[in-house]
Amino acid sequence: MASPVLEVRGLKKHFPVRQRLLGRGATWVKAVDGVDFAIHGGETLGLIGESGCGKTTTSKLILLQEVPTAGSIAFEGRDIADLAGAELMSYRRAVQVVFQDPFSSLSPRMRVRDIIAEPLEIHTQLARAAIGERVAQVLALVGLEADVAALFPHEFSGGQRQRIAIARALATDTRLIVLDEPVSALDVSVRAQIINQLEHLQRTLSVSYLFIGHDLATVAHISHRIAVMYLGKIVESADSDSLCARPMHPYTQALFAAALPSHPDDPPAERTIAGEVPSALRVPPGCRFHPRCPSAMEVCSRVEPILQPREGGGEVACHLYPQPAPIERSRGA
Amino acid sequence: MLEVTDLRTHFFTFGGARVVKAVDGVSFRLREGETLGLVGESGSGKTTTCMSIVGLLPRAGRVVGGSVLFEGEDLTRKSQRELRRIRGRRIAMILQDPMASLNPLFTIFRQVAEPAFFHQHLRGRTLRERVRHLLESVRIPSPEWRMRDYPHQMSGGMRQRIVGAIALAGGPRLVIADEPTTNLDVTIQAQYLDLLKDIQRETGVALIFVTHNLGIVAKMCDRVAVMYAGKIIEQGPVRALFDDPKHPYTRALLGSVPKLGSKEPLYAIAGQPPNLADLPSGCAFHPRCPEAVPRCATEEPGDVHLAGGSVARCWLVSDGLTRS
Repeated sequence: MASPVLEVRGLKKHFPVRQRLLGRGATWVKAVDGVDFAIHGGETLGLIGESGCGKTTTSKLILLQEVPTAGSIAFEGRDIADLAGAELMSYRRAVQVVFQDPFSSLSPRMRVRDIIAEPLEIHTQLARAAIGERVAQVLALVGLEADVAALFPHEFSGGQRQRIAIARALATDTRLIVLDEPVSALDVSVRAQIINQLEHLQRTLSVSYLFIGHDLATVAHISHRIAVMYLGKIVESADSDSLCARPMHPYTQALFAAALPSHPDDPPAERTIAGEVPSALRVPPGCRFHPRCPSAMEVCSRVEPILQPREGGGEVACHLYPQPAPIERSRGA
Repeated sequence: MLEVTDLRTHFFTFGGARVVKAVDGVSFRLREGETLGLVGESGSGKTTTCMSIVGLLPRAGRVVGGSVLFEGEDLTRKSQRELRRIRGRRIAMILQDPMASLNPLFTIFRQVAEPAFFHQHLRGRTLRERVRHLLESVRIPSPEWRMRDYPHQMSGGMRQRIVGAIALAGGPRLVIADEPTTNLDVTIQAQYLDLLKDIQRETGVALIFVTHNLGIVAKMCDRVAVMYAGKIIEQGPVRALFDDPKHPYTRALLGSVPKLGSKEPLYAIAGQPPNLADLPSGCAFHPRCPEAVPRCATEEPGDVHLAGGSVARCWLVSDGLTRS
C-alpha cells in the first residue's frame, strides 16, 4: 500500500493540573497517552469513544492547536513538528477541520463568500476574480447555489451551514479533513444528506477524513477503518466491517451493546456495562477498562495490555486474547 | 388516562401580527403504564405539545383550541394554581439538560426533597428516608453521602438520574421525558434507558418520550407519534410503524438512519424542515416528498384511521384506501 497521508506514532498529550499553589504536587491529566494510527489517501478513519477519551485532543494535536508531550505526527512522510515557514503554511492548507456546531464555527458577521475566501486569501496569491470563481466552485461541490455567497450564516439552516463549513474546508487544496462530530448537531433528516455528501466528496476528490464521533452506526457507515479509544488509548482498531462483524475488546462490545436497535424486534443487548468513564486524573492501574469490564481477570488490574494483531485484521489490546510470543510492539493501526 | 384532542397551541409575536402555529391539531391517547414516543425534528412542535399539556408555555404561546384530558380533568381549563398541584405530583417532567434543571446552589437532598415536602408534607426523618429511597431507586451509590453533594460534584449521567429521582418524588402517574439522554454518552444513555424501563415496570407510570432518535423509540416505546410542522402525520403501535410505515416522511426518516454494519447509501430527505411561520400550502411535507401528487400542494390531508390502530395523514394513504 502507498505510504499513509498521516501517520501518528506514540502520540501523548499530558496536561498539568495544579493541585496546590506554586505547582507543588502537580498531577497530570493524560488526555492522550500513546496513540498510533495511520490514515491513507482517500480513506476515512473513524475515531470513536465517549467524552473524555481523548479524541478531540488527538484532533487538536493534528491541527497544531496543541503541542504533543511525546510522539510524532507525520504528514506525507514529514514530521509536522519540524515544519516551519512555507512548509508549515502548506501543511495548514492541506489539513482542514469541520466542527460539530455550525452555529458557532461560522462568524455571524461575515458573508459566506468571505468565510470561504478567508483561507484562500491567506494561503494563495489568487486574484479577486479567481477567488470568487473558487468560492462558487466549492459551493457547487457541497451542493449549494453560487448566489448564496452574498448571504450571512444566520440565513441558513443547520445542514446548510455545515455544508458551508465543509466548503470552507475544501477551499484550499485539502488532502485531510478532521471531522469532529460533524452531524451530531443536525436534524435527523439532514444528517443523511451531509453523510452522503461527505462520502461523495471523498470519492470525487479522494480526500482523507478523520471522522470523530460517538455514534457507532454513523461512524461505521462512513469509515473504512475504526479506532476505538478509551481514556487516552486505542483499545481496538480494525476494518469497519470486521469490527462490526466481531468486536473483540470488551469495551467495543459494550459500545455495540449500548447502540440503539434499528427495529423494536431487534434482540435486546445482553449486557450493558455498569459505571462511568473514570476521571482522567485517576486512571486505573493495569488495563484502564478493568473496573468496568464484565470479563476482567486478576491480571487486568496489574498489567496493561498492549495492542496485538487481532483475528480478521486490526489490533486489540486485551488480556482475553493471548499474546503471541515473542511479544513485538506493533506499529500503526 | 391522558387524552389529547385537537390540541392547538399558537405563538403570537409582534403584538399578534404574526402567528406561529407550533402545534396545530394534535390528538393522541395514552393508557396507564404505556410509553408513547413523540418523534420529530427540531421545530416540529413536540416540545410545545408537552409544554401545553403541563401548562408551562412561554408568554407568547397560548392554547387556542382542543383539550387535554388527564384522569378525567381538562388541564387546559385549569388555573396555574391548580396546575401547580398537579405538576410534580401527578405529572412530572425530565428535561434534556440536567445541569439546567438542577439548582447549583442547593444540595441534592434539598432538591429531591422538595416535591415530597410540598405535595406530601413530609418532614424530618421521614423526609430523609424518602429521599434516600428515591436516590436508591435511581441507582445512586451511597445515597446517604451523595445527598449532601451539590450538582457540580456529579457526572452528567448521575445528574440526569437525580432529575429522574425528583420526577419520581411526587409519585407521578405520567412522566414526560423531553430528550433526556441527548447529552449523555452512549453507554450512559443505555444505562439510563434501562433504568427508566425498570422504574416503569416497578411503578406502572406512563411515559411520554420526546426524541428525534428512532433507535430510542424502537427500544423504549409501545406507541409512536411522528410530528412534522406542528401536526402528527402518523401514529400507531411501534411495530406497525417500523414494519409498515405509511407516511412518506416516516419512511424517509427510517431510511435516513444508518444501520450498524451496513454501508448502503443513506436515504437523504431533500430540503430542510419548513419554517413554521411560513408553511407550504396543502400538506406541509409536500415540497420534500418524493411521492407527492398535485393534490398534495393544494389540499391538506386529514387523518386516515387504519386497521391495527394506526393513523396516517397523507393523500396517498387515503386515496389508496378509497381505491382498494
